[in-house]
Amino acid sequence: MPNTQDVLFRTLADPTRRAIFERLCREGEQTVGALTAQAGVSQPAVSKHLAVLKQAGLVRDRHEGRQTHYSAQLGALAPLIDWTSQMAGFWESRFDDLEDLLKRMDQ
Amino acid sequence: MTATTTETLNVIVEREMTFPPEKIWRALTQPHLIEEWLMKNDFKPIVDHRFNLSADWGAVDCQVLVVEPTKKLSYTWSAYGLESVVTWTLTPTSAGTRLRMEQAGFRPDQQQAYQGAKAGWPRFLATLEQVLARME
Repeated sequence: MPNTQDVLFRTLADPTRRAIFERLCREGEQTVGALTAQAGVSQPAVSKHLAVLKQAGLVRDRHEGRQTHYSAQLGALAPLIDWTSQMAGFWESRFDDLEDLLKRMDQ
Repeated sequence: MTATTTETLNVIVEREMTFPPEKIWRALTQPHLIEEWLMKNDFKPIVDHRFNLSADWGAVDCQVLVVEPTKKLSYTWSAYGLESVVTWTLTPTSAGTRLRMEQAGFRPDQQQAYQGAKAGWPRFLATLEQVLARME
């Protein structure tokens, strides 16, 4: 799946859409109405953003009566973070600095 | 890329150093020395002590798990919504010390890895925004 990252980047590039997703991350499950109240855009616009987020696997919906509740799917972000290679590079350079420090330190 | 969702995240860096374990231990456990090679911190070599590592790009929340002077040091490492454990192992060699750092993370598909870590994601997303800006 070479374009998983592209889809996630594209989906989260829109500031309004990202704000909705961040809010779901921070505050947990929300209804469309509750999200609209703070989104600064109309309910149909919020619904459209949620549909895009859902298509990217970033949110999940749950129907309860006439309400639809949305929640963030943090696992979907995993492809964005090639965690192991990032951290390996980080630690390699920390080891370099540690070795430099040890050379400078008194016994 | 998707393989990381089903495997434990593990990073191991190991290096032979021409310094005795005692000296390396000081660099790993004294705050003013830690700052020189890692980050600003309020570390104390006391089990359960909570501390922060901070840098321009953000902060790492940590808690000391194991302190075995000159042999083993372990602490939790929580940043950007992923929780992990960093373990330092010092083994004396004829030339000095073999220093090993292992960072073991939780699998992203384990829900528990994300509990209590939700606050980290907005920070990550803010960084993402900067990355996106550079990509244009």
